[in-house]
Amino acid sequence: MGILFSFAVVIAIVLIVFAGVRGAGLNYLFAIIIPYLALLTFIIGVTYRVFNWGRSAVPFRVPTTGGQQFTLPWIKSNKLDNPHTSYGVIGRMILEVLLFRSLFRNTKAELHDGPRLVYGSEKLLWLAAIAFHYSFLVILLRHLRFFTVPVPTPIQFLEFVDSFFQVGAPLVYITNFVIVIALLFLLYRRLGMPQIKYISLPSDYFPLFLILAIVLSGIYMRYFDKVDIVGVKQITMGLVSFRPTIPDGIGIIFYIHLTLVCTLFAYFPFSKLVHMAGVFLSPTRNLANNNRMQRHVNPWDYPIKVRSYDDYENEFREKMKKAGIPVEKE
Amino acid sequence: MATKGKPPKPEELSKISYTPPQRNWMDIPVEFKPGMYCHATRPKYLEAVGMPFPRDWSPADADWKLPDNWKEIILQGIKERLMKYRTFHVFMDICVRCGACADKCHFFLGGGDPKNMPVLRAELLRSVYRKYFTTSGKIFGKAAGARELTEDVLKEIWYYYFQCTECRRCSLFCPYGIDQAEITIIGRELLNLLGLNLDWIMGPVANSYRTGNHLGLEPHTIKANIDFMLDDIETITGIRVETTFNRKGAEILFIGPSGDLFGVPGNYVTMGELMLFHEIGLDYTWSTMACEGGNFGFFTSMEVAKKLYYKIYSEAKRLGVKWILGGECGHQWRLMNQYADTWWGPPDFLEEPVSPITGTKFENAKGSKIVHITEFTADLIKHGKLKLDKSRNDHLKVTFHDSCNTSRAMGIFEEPRYIIKNVCNHFYEMPESTIREKTFCCGSGSGLNAGENIELRMRGGFPRANAVKYVREKFGVNMLANICAIDRAALPTLMDYWNPGVDVCGVHELLGNALVMTGEIERTLDLRGEPLPGKGGAE
Amino acid sequence: MMYDGGKIIIGLLIFIGFSTFPFLFTMGKAVAKPEPKIDTPEIQKMVDKKCIESKQYMKTEHMVILNDWRDAVVRDGLRLYKSKDGRSFDMSLQNTCMKCHSSKKKFCDECHNYVAVKPYCWDCHIAPQEGT
Repeated sequence: MGILFSFAVVIAIVLIVFAGVRGAGLNYLFAIIIPYLALLTFIIGVTYRVFNWGRSAVPFRVPTTGGQQFTLPWIKSNKLDNPHTSYGVIGRMILEVLLFRSLFRNTKAELHDGPRLVYGSEKLLWLAAIAFHYSFLVILLRHLRFFTVPVPTPIQFLEFVDSFFQVGAPLVYITNFVIVIALLFLLYRRLGMPQIKYISLPSDYFPLFLILAIVLSGIYMRYFDKVDIVGVKQITMGLVSFRPTIPDGIGIIFYIHLTLVCTLFAYFPFSKLVHMAGVFLSPTRNLANNNRMQRHVNPWDYPIKVRSYDDYENEFREKMKKAGIPVEKE
Repeated sequence: MATKGKPPKPEELSKISYTPPQRNWMDIPVEFKPGMYCHATRPKYLEAVGMPFPRDWSPADADWKLPDNWKEIILQGIKERLMKYRTFHVFMDICVRCGACADKCHFFLGGGDPKNMPVLRAELLRSVYRKYFTTSGKIFGKAAGARELTEDVLKEIWYYYFQCTECRRCSLFCPYGIDQAEITIIGRELLNLLGLNLDWIMGPVANSYRTGNHLGLEPHTIKANIDFMLDDIETITGIRVETTFNRKGAEILFIGPSGDLFGVPGNYVTMGELMLFHEIGLDYTWSTMACEGGNFGFFTSMEVAKKLYYKIYSEAKRLGVKWILGGECGHQWRLMNQYADTWWGPPDFLEEPVSPITGTKFENAKGSKIVHITEFTADLIKHGKLKLDKSRNDHLKVTFHDSCNTSRAMGIFEEPRYIIKNVCNHFYEMPESTIREKTFCCGSGSGLNAGENIELRMRGGFPRANAVKYVREKFGVNMLANICAIDRAALPTLMDYWNPGVDVCGVHELLGNALVMTGEIERTLDLRGEPLPGKGGAE
Repeated sequence: MMYDGGKIIIGLLIFIGFSTFPFLFTMGKAVAKPEPKIDTPEIQKMVDKKCIESKQYMKTEHMVILNDWRDAVVRDGLRLYKSKDGRSFDMSLQNTCMKCHSSKKKFCDECHNYVAVKPYCWDCHIAPQEGT
């Protein structure tokens, strides 16, 4: 149900754009108003979410330790998986954010006869995740060529690298293949693996379908139903310079692609996609395991009733004395 | 009341399917299976520490006698905790359900119940969070993964949040560090707002509040128990070891788990420690009040946990010691490493810990002033301060079980191994995916070590037991060493069930066996009073 | 009230900076749209000012045509292009295209620079001399 529902929503968006642009001529709405609103929603939404997390206290320092602690000088401690300094934490976060360190640990458990539980290495999820996220990043950055004049050299270089094989015209991008394969694998996991299917919600399928639609519409536009790219850049530059303009004759596929992207941006802050920001705020990863060296203060600590030693001794004094255990009051 | 059921036979129990059912999990109501859950707490225990809604109730009953406004209490409790714990707030929001955690949980691996996949265990609560605290959940309901909080949902959360041992293994594998232990801790806090705790947790809590320890040992009993151990040590070594209680002016206060003062095989750990302290002439004392580093309050609510830990620093202060030495206990070290100083510090009346024997400064404990005994002992061995006869443990083929808390909330891996390798000739590691930070829980942690949930415990302990089975078959391992009192209470049952013939011990029992004491008689017995093979003719 | 507010705000500023980079980069300046020149003497001479295919088609497909031409000429030795309206042309960048569009700078580069496309035509071909 979640699968069809999510798929239907993506199809509906495409149809709405078709009707809106071809039928009602709402080019201005789809090329100007919705993009501005989507970006605004994205920035304000994510900022609000992060701000809200920031308002939550971190009462205890509870890192999940993944290696030997800092201890006696002759025992080598694991500075990245069990950091005891800020540098270690930064290193751990870099590994986590840029290389998905924890996911790299992934294993797969299988129960054999015996019974024998075996744990195989399972790096495919990691590989797909890395492939997807980095392709997405490169594609996003490549698109800056539509939003900048002159196009900064690093962006041009990125494009050069991504089309390194110089195949076809227009040149084929490596990331286009990679992201499609990665997305199809991630989708396969949700559809074909019983455990993953069981835990999947509509909000897990929707981003996959949406991003797949964005990627495919982009590929279709670049290679099969080409649009006037100079005209497209006039629209995008109009947007970023706050001088909106829409040249005639831009193909419908552009409007579809753009609106799908806007949907992703606007949907982002309300969805699980905020993990992009949340990963930085995860207290099990971004804190050092140094509680025994440096005190962590609980900002909402409050006084509580405790049992004092006096109460304890009052209850047990006679027994203590009889057993020869020293007491405060004879 | 659930009957104290016998678990199915191992052959039966190990037929596990990891394939989930066809129906959506939200449409499958919780079923209370005997052997998989614990008795409800008796009201008197809640009353003892001033917790709300004490009453007689039973999990299997349809009517849990909830207060009329139970729903508001829970929702208000969630709201409050979202602001109090960034962990909770972020973890409710950022899960992408990638499934990396799914087959990391020992309860899922041992039972196959999909709601024991950490991601789904979290979704049980997350779905409620979405319904009442997120825009998309309010508008789109089930399509956004949201659901109403009903009595059935509450019962489901209760059932599964007491099928989690807060071991953090899922957190290690999660790309965002989402820690089900943290969610379980907060989930249990919420349940405690309605008096929905376990007898096996609240009993120890009430005991600990009154007597300082979970078992409810009164001061004279503690002394008597240790006196028995001193007698046994005399029989074995010919040396009368002395110790002191509540002695002011001692240099060090020793605090271990109370399980080591009472039961087998924990008492052998205490014997090993008593012998060690005697041999090196350590100026230390016991506190009869702070005689428990463990803290079942931690399985109840943060407030109760803090309440029960008051004694640690206050007793250190009253007795005027310089620093604290902590014994072999798992969740004690979760707390001593991550909470103690925050709750009741800074302990500026103590001094930075220095080993009086080797002069080593324990730099990693310079703030909280609490040193782990394996850090202390490993340092002694490294400096050659102990005379050890490894051959006394030659009848043992030892493997080491890393406890969840000391692994994933501390990272103490090399210290106990260093000790074991110096006191045993035969040490074998279990497979790499089942030790150190990837270690598996004993299946009975976080207050689930009761009798009535024995099937749950045997299932939860299955991955651990299965790894032990591997080294038993490969190397003939017959001793499972560890540094946790819950392990010493839980693992013997687990071994009897899955791997009969494998015994369980603490690291300092092995040390006590190997420790050559000045003036001792020739050892013919180990600390358990059993003849040492190859020694003194007793073969 | 925020906890770790400093770090969080720095993080948010970086995020907002990245998200609004094109706006910050452009700073509201109007950007001239490209004006490829089609007033070369050769074109002026033409009665029927028509490229090999329609303007719209050339806009989006010229790179495909050139790519096909290269393959046809270099690999198969074919040199004749028949346009959709039946006219014949020599498949040659320099002799056909650049004959009319004689200024690379004022014609090709105008748009290519605007959208940052770097065709590798001129890796092999020699660009015509630009009369200033």
